Amino acid sequence: MSEYKLNPDKPIDVSEILKDLDKYRPRRRGWVWRKPVKDLHMGPFEYHDCTEPLERSVPLPPAHYFGDIDPQPGPVITTEIASGRFEDDIRRMRMAAYHGADHIMVIRTAGQSHFDGLIEGTPQGMGGVPITRKQVRAQRKALDMIEDEVGRPINYHSYVSGVAGPDIAVMFAEEGVNGVHQDPQYNVIYRNINMIRSFVDACESKKLIAWAGMAQIDGAHNANATAREAWKVMPELMVQHGINAIFSARVGIPKKNICLSTVPPTATPAPCVYMDLPYAVALRDLFHEYRMRAQMNTKYIESSTREATVTHVLNMVISKLTSADIQSTITPDEGRNVPWHIYNIEACDTAKQTLVGLDGLMEMVELKQDGYLRDKARELKERAILFMEEMLELGGYFNAVEEGFFVDSGIYPERNGDGIARKVDAGIGAGTIFKRAKDYMAPVTAHYGYNNVAQYGDEFVENPSALIGGCTLEYPEKIVYIDELDETDNVNVRMSDVKDFVPGGKKIRPEMEWLADGTVMLTMFFPAPKPIAEAAALECAKRMNLTECEVISREIMSPQDGTRIEVKGKVPFEIDVDKLVIPKEPDVLSDDVIRADIERRPMKIVAATVGEDEHSVGLREIIDIKHGGIEKYGMEVHYLGTSCPPEKLVNAAVELNADVIMASTIISHDDIHYKNISKIDAIAREMGIRDRIIFIAGGTQVTPELARKAGADEGFGRGSRGVHNATFLIKRRWEMEEAESKKGE
Amino acid sequence: MKRNDDFQERRKHLADLSDEQLEARFWELANKLVDPLLEMGYEYTSPAVERSVLLRMGFSSLEAKAIVDGCIEHNLIDHGTGNVIYRLAKNSNMEIRDAGLELIEGRLWDEAESLFNGGNQ
Repeated sequence: MSEYKLNPDKPIDVSEILKDLDKYRPRRRGWVWRKPVKDLHMGPFEYHDCTEPLERSVPLPPAHYFGDIDPQPGPVITTEIASGRFEDDIRRMRMAAYHGADHIMVIRTAGQSHFDGLIEGTPQGMGGVPITRKQVRAQRKALDMIEDEVGRPINYHSYVSGVAGPDIAVMFAEEGVNGVHQDPQYNVIYRNINMIRSFVDACESKKLIAWAGMAQIDGAHNANATAREAWKVMPELMVQHGINAIFSARVGIPKKNICLSTVPPTATPAPCVYMDLPYAVALRDLFHEYRMRAQMNTKYIESSTREATVTHVLNMVISKLTSADIQSTITPDEGRNVPWHIYNIEACDTAKQTLVGLDGLMEMVELKQDGYLRDKARELKERAILFMEEMLELGGYFNAVEEGFFVDSGIYPERNGDGIARKVDAGIGAGTIFKRAKDYMAPVTAHYGYNNVAQYGDEFVENPSALIGGCTLEYPEKIVYIDELDETDNVNVRMSDVKDFVPGGKKIRPEMEWLADGTVMLTMFFPAPKPIAEAAALECAKRMNLTECEVISREIMSPQDGTRIEVKGKVPFEIDVDKLVIPKEPDVLSDDVIRADIERRPMKIVAATVGEDEHSVGLREIIDIKHGGIEKYGMEVHYLGTSCPPEKLVNAAVELNADVIMASTIISHDDIHYKNISKIDAIAREMGIRDRIIFIAGGTQVTPELARKAGADEGFGRGSRGVHNATFLIKRRWEMEEAESKKGE
Repeated sequence: MKRNDDFQERRKHLADLSDEQLEARFWELANKLVDPLLEMGYEYTSPAVERSVLLRMGFSSLEAKAIVDGCIEHNLIDHGTGNVIYRLAKNSNMEIRDAGLELIEGRLWDEAESLFNGGNQ
């Protein structure tokens, strides 16, 4: 067995993950929720709804102001991954985990629903991956390592639907998959799979889901995404949730593992919270024994990632005002391409940021117990009940589907006659169910329905698999592992095609979804109406030598004056990593260390812009507390202003008994900046203070090497900030103190 | 079918129900709707259900598919494909896996049929 372990300082090595997969066994089964922490303290704050923090993560961008804290909100956070190449998705999973995702949902390739059996090997997918034993095993194995690295269990999830639901459910139970979508109504309405077959299969699938302790998510959100006017299907959504929820519970899935896939049905510019909140309340009233998987609205998503993000934030306001056990995230680029790495990460951060930002909200506000909110919620519940009453009057579920009851755009009992109707004797898999004979028997664990095991002895009734000495659920060594079936369409071929670009290697290319795909995105503004702007953008991309260029977003600034365009394309070259000139990261002490050292021993600084030079902005940014300058560390700064003669600066240092001289010099013609630096150094020497004072100089044209050559202890050029200056001053003082103490010995 | 929103008319019998009664009504109806669906699952099997049984018995997906297809062809699926293999193995004193592989090779189907009286029992 391979001894490979993740190293936080190195990229994940997918080829190592793929080794010895035939011997891999999942280390646990079942779903894991986050662990709430009461009164969690992190940095300077106390949190009210947060959960156990991660050991390793990438916090939100402003976290450095607060001691790099990364509080984790209550709901499990989902990311949906669908690139078509599972090997590249593994890297994305690690990135998502670092940003707080603990529910990795793998989307299936188009068409898998209609594949009658398991797909094997690792063929490439479209809009998702073919879900196979090898692919599942590799990803679960990778997630075992990733969850150890970030310090929180990660739930792995895919779909048990289509005409091979029970096959997939067995494979998932064997391979340690933690969560699934399972809803026979999804097969019927959206995949045109025969309805009787769908429900017979669903019984077996759900029995296996129950056995493996998986969390189950239903498919009702699809009605929202499909209906012409999504907000009108709210009564029906509750009926769909109700059918799958009680059906699953009666097969044996504990209610606490049955999750409703619920979406706020509408989006801005509709007054969406006003419309969506009563629905969310009605749902949580009726389904209080079940769990809520809060999905985000995809129905109205357009190509603007900003707009999608705001919609999703509004969706999470609903989650917060009601409840969410799992907060799903939809990538903001879903409206324009198969999601890219960066947008999975953005979506995870959007969820984390919003939910942490709303921490403790419900300790301060509560939903009104009367008026519009409750009246509307009641109305929706009544409409759902009337819907079910009529289904039963018609003869039940199958008859209602034949009548086109579902996904009708009227708000029930209104009907528009545009629902999706299916015939009970039609669809894929019609006529493929068989009535079990009296002696029907299946010698396995987690089998649903009539099973005449008693014919072989009463002792087997409770444990049918004992008839064959146990099945794969008890003895995973009985599983037959198939590696690959297709010699050309598999992961080995794909990885060998891009072997020069293995992360951490010598070559690199930009990437959005697949290793070395070369994809880049450009944002442009043109002072022109849309048609001209689009054509101009494509022409720009072409002249920049990009290939396969395509406009992926266009937004009108005003109809004639301007258009914002986003273009994607591929770069036709590769970058040689060894030939890159990589500047050294500036060495920076933490704010706390700097502050503590100033507290230990104060530091007095005289500062000025020297020479005939009236520039003040740069130096003020380095000094002023308002700009995050060095005053914030408690350093005492005496600012002498601009056009200060070098003599005056050094004199002031002597008079004030300063520790530091700080000179800013912007004007650079005739090398006047370096001449001024040399002058200050010389005067300080004349006055006998040079060896006890620190002298630093900065300016946009100053380079550290030349400043040192001219006589400063250090120079600070363009892009320097207060913290860089402060770090140098503290370290220099430590050196001087050490030299002093050695002298004393 | 097209129909205007007659909610106010239809809801009359629900109007006086308390919220608790309304909730109970919702679940009573949901239960009624799924009763026949669960019954169907109890009484019927399908190729996918049978393949899932064979996977658990230690056959690969390709093997399971071949065995299920054979059982349908020989009118044995209603006894359960796992049952066919179990009985065949017991009767021929073979390992479960070997009995299944024989069927895939197209052998022992006559024996299998005779074990179930040539069809339904």
